[in-house]
Amino acid sequence: MSQEEAHHPTAKQYFRIAMVLSVITAVEVGIFYLEFLGYWMVPILVVLSTAKFALVVMYYMHLRYEHKLFSYLFVSGVVLATIVIFALVALFSFGIGRW
Amino acid sequence: MATEVNNDTNHDDHEYTTTGLNHRKMLMWAFLGSDCMFFGALIATYLVYQGKSLVGPYPVDVFDIPVTSVSTFVLLMSSMSMVLAYAALTQNKISGFRIWMASTAIMGATFIGFQVYEFSSFSTFHVDIESCNEKIVKHGIFDEYEEELCANAKEDHVETHDGLQPQTNLFGTTFYTLTGFHGAHVTLGIIWILSLLFLSYKKGMITPERHLDVDLAALYWHFVDVVWIVIFTVIYLFGVFPFPGS
Repeated sequence: MSQEEAHHPTAKQYFRIAMVLSVITAVEVGIFYLEFLGYWMVPILVVLSTAKFALVVMYYMHLRYEHKLFSYLFVSGVVLATIVIFALVALFSFGIGRW
Repeated sequence: MATEVNNDTNHDDHEYTTTGLNHRKMLMWAFLGSDCMFFGALIATYLVYQGKSLVGPYPVDVFDIPVTSVSTFVLLMSSMSMVLAYAALTQNKISGFRIWMASTAIMGATFIGFQVYEFSSFSTFHVDIESCNEKIVKHGIFDEYEEELCANAKEDHVETHDGLQPQTNLFGTTFYTLTGFHGAHVTLGIIWILSLLFLSYKKGMITPERHLDVDLAALYWHFVDVVWIVIFTVIYLFGVFPFPGS
């Protein structure tokens, strides 16, 4: 077993992470029904789903324990995709660059 | 200068690479990074056309959040099952590996079952309103689509069987394209997992020393899970929530 694997979480820790993911999902659904939150729901849900995303990538995909180059490869794809989403939504919502 | 692979991995340990990292693993991470951009483009397209459909049904009419929450939970649990299968293999517990791999495939298939149910209920969506009088509409019992149907109706009774098809409106086109591609990814993952499960019965094919084969499948499986985390929030939860003033 390599040094990296030696630091991988144990089965118990994997289970705990799964429980945390389930609780966050339940909280997300609960928040969805709290209509009085209005637009505040958006940042709250974004933070919660980002936390879920990070937990899965760091612990289940072991990116936390891997070589930095793997992180660069994956994170650059995520960042570029996020930029594309925001750029396209801005372009079509506010007519930026309309000619 | 070429350096020897210092990676954990396995039968590829003898390979020499310029980075010192396993090529197969690097290829998988590069692929996942590029797949992020693929799904990013599909999500961006969905968001760009959100609220621009000229006819219903709209997201608020067809989405069933409790059902989708259950399918999301199933997919999250399948990720846990997959990582436990990998952990069992590295500890040379082959029977545990088989059990967790089978449970991952079953949960993946359950998720696909939910998606088939969802698609079929969307495509057969129908509305039957007995009374379209103004009083009920004002009390806010109807949603946007039903109000639209009543507004265009000549009689008090309205019945429509126009389900949501990919060609129905912009919502249908972008929604089915995005979730359909995700479903295709999940299906491919199930086939991959089942292949590894069957290979584990062949002597010497799946061993702790050759765990990279399972590691790569696990990376792919967790990736479809994280994509669904984004889809569930952005498409389903944001899609149905009645924002003030909307």
